[in-house]
Formats: sequence, C-alpha cells, structure tokens
Amino acid sequence: MPAQINRILLLFIVFIGLFLVVRHFLVPETFGQYGHYRGASLDDISSREMVFADKEDCYACHDDILEKLKNEMHAGLSCLICHGPGGAHVEDPQLGNIAKESGREFCGRCHDINPARPIDVVFQVDIVSHHTEKKNCIECHNPHTLWEGME
Amino acid sequence: MKASIAAAGTLVLSSATRPFDVLLMASDPPPEEGPWWGIAIDITKCIGCGLCARGCKVENDVPEEPFYFRTWVEQYTVLNNGEVKIESPNGGIDGFKHSVPEEEIFKTFFVPKMCNQCSKSPCTQVCPVGATFESPDGVALVDEKYCIGCGYCVQACPYGCRYFHPEKKVADKCTLCYHRLKKGLDPACMEVCPTKARIYGNLRDRDSEIVNFLREHDYQVLKPHLNTGSKLYYNGLSAEIS
Repeated sequence: MPAQINRILLLFIVFIGLFLVVRHFLVPETFGQYGHYRGASLDDISSREMVFADKEDCYACHDDILEKLKNEMHAGLSCLICHGPGGAHVEDPQLGNIAKESGREFCGRCHDINPARPIDVVFQVDIVSHHTEKKNCIECHNPHTLWEGME
Repeated sequence: MKASIAAAGTLVLSSATRPFDVLLMASDPPPEEGPWWGIAIDITKCIGCGLCARGCKVENDVPEEPFYFRTWVEQYTVLNNGEVKIESPNGGIDGFKHSVPEEEIFKTFFVPKMCNQCSKSPCTQVCPVGATFESPDGVALVDEKYCIGCGYCVQACPYGCRYFHPEKKVADKCTLCYHRLKKGLDPACMEVCPTKARIYGNLRDRDSEIVNFLREHDYQVLKPHLNTGSKLYYNGLSAEIS
C-alpha cells in the first residue's frame, strides 16, 4: 500500500478511536436500554415524591365516615377533593394539618348553576341567591350527611 | 504508558459494544407485553369545577402563574349566531363563572385538556438529544437531567400540551402522574375528579375500565387528521372542539 494511504488510514483510525473514547464519556450508562433515551430516567420519574395521599390511607382511620357516606349523594367521591392533598396528615395525623374546604366559593365550583354544567350529573343552585341569610353552605348541609336534619 | 494504552483500549472496546442501532431510531415500536396506558375523558360528565387543573399543579410542582399547565379546562360556548367562544380563565383552576347571557347561548360545555399520550407522538420525534420519549408502557415523558431546553417539542405538540418550565429550564409535560401510576394509584387529576369524567387504564387489557368505556361510547380523538396516534379518547366531542 502506498505510504500516503497508510498515513491517511492511520489518521482515520486515530479519529475513530478518539470518537469512541469521547462517545464513551458522553453517552450515559443506561442510554439505549429500552430505546433512544436514558433508561434510568424512568426510575427518576417514577420515584418523584407524591403530594396527594393514597385515599385508602384515609379509610384506614376514617372508615366510619366511609360507612356514613355510603348512601349519600357524595358517595364515591375521593376525600381529597374537599380535604386537599392530605400527604402531611397521613404522615402525622393531627386535627390542624388537613384542609376542610367549604363555603359558597368552593362548593360553587361544582354546585353553582352554570349552563355548561350537565344538569343530570350534579345538583345545582345559584350560590349568590341561595339562602343568603346563611354564610357557609355547611351551616345547613353537612358534606358527609347532606340532608340530615332537613325537611 | 502501558497502563494508559490498556485503559484507552478498554474504553474503545466498551464504547463499541454500546448499542448503535438505538441512536438511529426515530421512535420505538410498541412493546409486545405489559400495560399500554390510555386515557378517556367524558365531556358529557365534566362539570368544570377545575379541581383537576388545581390538583395537577399541586402534585407536580407546576409554576402557579397562568399559562403553565399540564392539564386545564376550556369552556366552549356556541352562540346563536354560530360564533364559538372558548374561555379558560387561569386554566379553569378557580372554577368558571358564566359570562354569556343565557338567551344568546346555542350550546355550551366544558372540555378538559391534557397530554394525549400519542403513540406516534410528534413531540418525541423532534427531540435532538433523546431527552423526551415514549416509555415502554406508552407514556410520553421528559428526562429532566438530559433535556437541553431547546423547546422544539413545545412547538411540535399540536395540542399545546407542553410548556417550558421557567425554573428548571427544561420542557415539562403531563406524565400521567407516572410516579403514582407505578404505585398503582390514580393520577392526581383523576383522583380529585368528582364525576369520574376522566379515567385511564390499560388498553391491552380487554376487561379494563377504559376498554369498556371505549366499547360503550362513541369516542373520538383530537385532530385525528394529524395521525398522532393519540391515546386520549373523548366521549361527546363536538365538531367545534380543536
């Protein structure tokens, strides 16, 4: 083989070798494990912290409320809808660290009358004019036992 | 000298044994087994409470300012004159107040939006570094450590479901709460949905809730002409919705 070809061949081998060395450091360990991405990122993403609790944890202590709700219109609703994420409360159950949302604004999210809201899905009232002598909805309607003590 | 040559040799060898083919593939074929997640949203059940959008931000550390959303709710109002008004005040997080006089309304309804978890997703195909991808169980995810923040994927999504995270400086999107999914829990938005208007499930399991939903409803996907392989199926999708 002519000398000039040998020199170019050597150059090529050096460059390819360099490329492989650089590539070794730049391509992450698990890249290509499942596809064109870092396989370890699946674990990164699935190990993120949860904020909303598992609602089964609620029932572990509050099974009485679950029982009460059975025949209510609010049956089947997740506790976390009105009681917030609840992660802190599950960790350390105290009275203070769980949300208890109520009031015309919050209840109205679902129950305020709105033409876009399907009438067969949710009970609706005009939250502005409905029993204005009372401030908070829960003064009459206990969210756990909606019609208790009412006519 | 000998040791360094040996080290270099090992490096070259170990580099050569790493798979090359995966670097050339544009997208990955669906797996043959395991779950294949899909979503179904029933528009006829959505009451526009906005708790899904609010819960999502809490669960996933999404910036509070408007226009950073992984999921949001739109209110479509078709007026008597045929005009379509689309509103989404703060993504619906604070709920909705009706803004159009009732006598002018032809029809009106809420449409929850979120990532369509496409199986031929345009967003993952444009990523220049392989930082966004479809997981083996069919969820489009972003690798935060690998994303260079070029924003191509944000532009590529025809549904506007990605945003650029202002603090992390990476693209961010709905993960179908992958961290909850893997523990067998519902995604935050579905956990707090009071009417079960959104459900998810394994599309491979012929007995799952979602497959039964698809069996019983006349479902449709958004922008079917784009052939994105969307796995978000809507029931009650009106022609005005895009």
